[in-house]
Order: sequence, then C-alpha cells, then structure tokens
Amino acid sequence: MTRRGGLMAIDGAVAIIAILLIVQMWLLTATLESHLAGHPEPILPAAIISGVLFAACGGLYLFIRRIDVEVRSNDDGD
Amino acid sequence: MKTTPAKEEPLWRDEFSIQSSTEKYVARRQFAKFLVLTSLGMFIGNLWILVRSWFVPKPLFEPLRVSGLNEIGVGEVKLFSYPTSEDPCIMIRTAPEQIVAYSQKCTHLSCAVYFSRDRSRLECPCHEGYFSVGDGSVLQGPPPRALPRITLKRQGDDIIATGVEL
Repeated sequence: MTRRGGLMAIDGAVAIIAILLIVQMWLLTATLESHLAGHPEPILPAAIISGVLFAACGGLYLFIRRIDVEVRSNDDGD
Repeated sequence: MKTTPAKEEPLWRDEFSIQSSTEKYVARRQFAKFLVLTSLGMFIGNLWILVRSWFVPKPLFEPLRVSGLNEIGVGEVKLFSYPTSEDPCIMIRTAPEQIVAYSQKCTHLSCAVYFSRDRSRLECPCHEGYFSVGDGSVLQGPPPRALPRITLKRQGDDIIATGVEL
C-alpha cells in the first residue's frame, strides 16, 4: 500500500471510530438517565450494544496498526 | 541512509518517531488508541450501570389515606404528597367512579404539571409537555416518558394510595 493510500485508510478508520464513540457516549447517558428514572429494561441491551461498539473500535484500531506497519515496511523498503 | 526495519527498533523509537515521514502515522495511531481507550471507558460505564441495577432494592410503599371520596368532585383535583413529603402528586376525579393520580413532577425537567379541565389532559407549563389523564402517557412535547402513576384503592369512603407505578 502507498503512503497516501495508507493515510487515507487510517483517516477513514479514525473517523469511523469517532462516530462509534459518539454513539457510545449517547448510549451511556441515555442508559444512566433510564436507570435513575427507575426503568431498568434497556440497561442490558445497552451494555451489549456498547460492548459490540467497543469491539468494533478495537477491530478498527487493529486495522490501523496493520496498515501502519505495512506502510512503514514499504517506506523502509524504498 | 539505511534504516533498520520497524520491527527491530525499540518501542520508544516506534512511538516517538524521529523520521518526519513516519511521524504522521504515529500521531494518528496514538489518537486512535486514545479513542479506543475512551470507548473502553464507555463500555465499562455501561457495565457499571448494569451491575448497579441488579442491586437496587425494590421500594416498599406504605398505604396512605389521600382523601375522602366526598372531598373531591368530578373534574376536580387534589394535591398530595406520596410516598414522601418531597414527592408531590396530583389526584383527579375524571368520572363519578373513576379517580386517577400521578406524580406531579414532569418527566422532562420536574416542573409541576396541572390538570387542564378544558382539554382533559395534564399540562406542563415549562415546555408544553402534555400527558394523557387516562394513563399518564406523553401526548406531546419533550417529556421522555409517562408520568409515574400512583395506585389507589377505595376503602369505604376513603381513597388510599398504595404504591407508585413507574
């Protein structure tokens, strides 16, 4: 992968992570509000969804690391 | 200049690159790492709420005489506090044989709701949130959920509050 292509892929992944993080923040505040209001029904699904979002963020981070290593090794080979 | 492969370099050099061509990758990767750690924090927060919700004790409500049946006419309201003196409630006699009661705190920002007899609904004057007088559900406006309902029981001519349905 070229350096330019690698940077674009990393930027895209960081943007997706940021969007997922905003969703997680909203989810946390909504869950807390619901819990304090005495409605426990959405708490378990919210925790599961938050875990899935975290796993997605972790997966994207591993993708970034892989691209990073790939581009660096290409740079070293030049 | 010949450079050694990244895998053989010490960790500090990998994280604090001295080559300007690779510096931008480190900055992005560290930012992504920060975002992922924040995401982990959000997930832990959700788990914490989940664990807390398992240990919330179920509230017990003491029965409380609210009013006599003859003290409130059809279409009239009576204000009272239940289950504590800091929980204002509103009781409405909507029909000769139908009496309902709700928490008077709007579920949006806790303004006091009042009964609009003309429109037959409970209204919050702060942000125009309207609630059904039949079941307390939200008809309009920003309130996120229905008004907590006070369960009532008739005991002779007395009206007794027995609990709160969230």
